[in-house]
Amino acid sequence: MIAAHGGRLINRIATGAQRDELLKIAEKAPRLTLNERELSDLEMIGTGAMSPLTGFMGRADLNGVVKNCRLSTGVVWPSAVTLSNKDGVAKVGETVALHDEGGKLIGLIEVREVYSYDKKDEAEGTLGTSDEAHPGMQYLMSIGDEYVAGDVWVLNMPEYDFANENRLTPRETRVLFKAKGWKTIVAFQTRNPIHRAHEYLTKCALELVDGLLIHPLVGATKADDIPAKVRMDCYETLLERYYPKDRVALAVYPQAMRYAGPREAMLHALLRKNYGCTHFIVGRDHAGVGSYYGTYDAQEIFGNFTAEEIGIQPMMFEHAFWDKVAGAMASNKTAAATKPEDKVFLSGTKVREMLTNGERPPVEFTRPEVADILINAMTSKASV
Amino acid sequence: MRDPKVTVKIPRPLYERIQEVITDSGFSSATDFIVFVLRDLVGDRALEKADPTAGVQDNFTKDELAEIRRKLENLGYL
Repeated sequence: MIAAHGGRLINRIATGAQRDELLKIAEKAPRLTLNERELSDLEMIGTGAMSPLTGFMGRADLNGVVKNCRLSTGVVWPSAVTLSNKDGVAKVGETVALHDEGGKLIGLIEVREVYSYDKKDEAEGTLGTSDEAHPGMQYLMSIGDEYVAGDVWVLNMPEYDFANENRLTPRETRVLFKAKGWKTIVAFQTRNPIHRAHEYLTKCALELVDGLLIHPLVGATKADDIPAKVRMDCYETLLERYYPKDRVALAVYPQAMRYAGPREAMLHALLRKNYGCTHFIVGRDHAGVGSYYGTYDAQEIFGNFTAEEIGIQPMMFEHAFWDKVAGAMASNKTAAATKPEDKVFLSGTKVREMLTNGERPPVEFTRPEVADILINAMTSKASV
Repeated sequence: MRDPKVTVKIPRPLYERIQEVITDSGFSSATDFIVFVLRDLVGDRALEKADPTAGVQDNFTKDELAEIRRKLENLGYL
């Protein structure tokens, strides 16, 4: 089975006597409340999804990430994984209890470092822009000036109100792949419903490997993205009707979106390696937002590193659509159609408008069952 | 049933050197480090022939693995 990123699958979930001991420490420790992104990151560090990270980043790692897209050890790592020191609670040398916004104890951090980092530099390095309209920059401006670094332990897993049965940790997906006998597995990351174009990409990819992991991101996203709960209904319905049952698995990916375009595409790929995947689909404008990134920047970034450094095989796809001439799904690489009117593609704005009006997009764009779920969700939202 | 783990003895100076090496490395014990290095060196292939889940199974207790299998069965994957 493929090695975890950095060589070793981390496990920072405390169990048994160790957990009992740490619970006692956490009870008396100062408290830090995590925001939604930090909570996702803590969970992912704990389960090993963010291997080789064992905790929130210190200055040396953050600096390496910002300047060179690498941790201080040299391992490729494209995104900041930091914890903000709200109200200056954490002090070096202390153990601090980490709670969610509902007050539940999730874990603790052994504070190794408290430091500041220039937000503009961080944003330009990790997002490629410090434009205040970028959601990633808005996030950085919304948190305090100090970061807390140190190894963490997860004592209680966060609780969610949906898809709990589909929350598979890297250790669990690895057991799944072994049990299925899949040697090669492609992961598909998405934060949108799966329309025909995405279905086409995943099936093209599956033709070349043993198994497909549909791995939707369910951590924090922008307010105007389709809620993860609704998307899960879409995925389940689609898989039930249109995918082979013995070759496909659906599990959720708890990371919060950074909207960091190419760097985030790289993060998404590297972390899927931790889940045991050998291949990763990179489509057009992966993890992009607005017009900050070029259509294929997220594919080109992989060329900056060696295959050994990345360790997972990216599968690059061009923009896909229904080709009226061929009567099939295609991309610009494979289409017979040359005229725009022969290519069925709708903009996100147009699709949203149709769904809000209770209108199904063409079957060549979206499966009717998926359209109905989205219409139901969007019309009930509109009527509130 | 046979214990899935065995004890191997190594020279104490080597053990102490490993403890130095793993400081701040992310390895939680010398045993973790030694198992990691040996797997890298020997590979899991022989183990996998005997047991298809060997490459991941040995990190779990029997109960943990049973729980994971139950979860995957409930999802219809096993």
